[in-house]
Amino acid sequence: MDNASPNLSLEFRGPVVIATLTDEKILDEDQLRGLEGSFLPLIEQTPGIQLIIDFTNVKFLTSSVLGLLIRISKKAYETEGELRLCSIGPKILEVFRITRLDKIFDISTSVDDAMVGLKK
Amino acid sequence: MSLAESKDILHKSWKIKNVEQEANKVACEVLKTLRSHDFDEDMVFAVHLSLEEAFVNAIKHGNHGDPQKNISVECLITPDKFDISIADEGFGFDPGGIPDPRCDGNLYKSCGRGILLIRSYMDVVEYNTRGNCIHLVKYRDTAKSPGQEKKCS
Repeated sequence: MDNASPNLSLEFRGPVVIATLTDEKILDEDQLRGLEGSFLPLIEQTPGIQLIIDFTNVKFLTSSVLGLLIRISKKAYETEGELRLCSIGPKILEVFRITRLDKIFDISTSVDDAMVGLKK
Repeated sequence: MSLAESKDILHKSWKIKNVEQEANKVACEVLKTLRSHDFDEDMVFAVHLSLEEAFVNAIKHGNHGDPQKNISVECLITPDKFDISIADEGFGFDPGGIPDPRCDGNLYKSCGRGILLIRSYMDVVEYNTRGNCIHLVKYRDTAKSPGQEKKCS
């Protein structure tokens, strides 16, 4: 387990990187900058990354976080990587549904489910 | 009506600097008041999300991040509803001109979802004529579920 930023923990399982968001609430600019500053270099330095972002701890987020996830997704796509989200609670999942982002993100119920089907 | 007879739980105005920390203080006071008067967590979540989105819009888009500018807030909480107006010092905007972020061409854009979320979680969303003041109302026992906004055509 590696602490990439104060609000992110990284676990490497073979070719898969599991990034766990550690904050319960993600809403301020410093948090967003910290996350963006961790995720984007990680993806750039790991072409073909198989990235799972674990939302287990997250109880609140704003539309700025959704924007960050889109930027992460685009960066992963550019480097032929793959992104999955998992363990999103019902209130946060509703935010994804309202914005229809549940249609463009691959969302799994758990880390183990997200691991299934990733490129080996 | 005397204060003792009033049903208002909170009726307060703020004039705050155009910075995130000042807006957070207002949001914290409002959310603390709702929780201490047993508004349920769904309502607290809806108010919290709408406040965050409205303050970000006021700070970034209305006042263009200028810390010399101010935001005026007036909030009324009664046992039945949450009611707030948030005004920035910007030129205002046309809320009808905001593209629907759910349309295919906009789905992959990294911004533009705040107003959709506010409209989805609040019962009343209104703007003044100039477009620099948003008025939000959420009723305590509303039948509206989030996400009942008119779909993208």
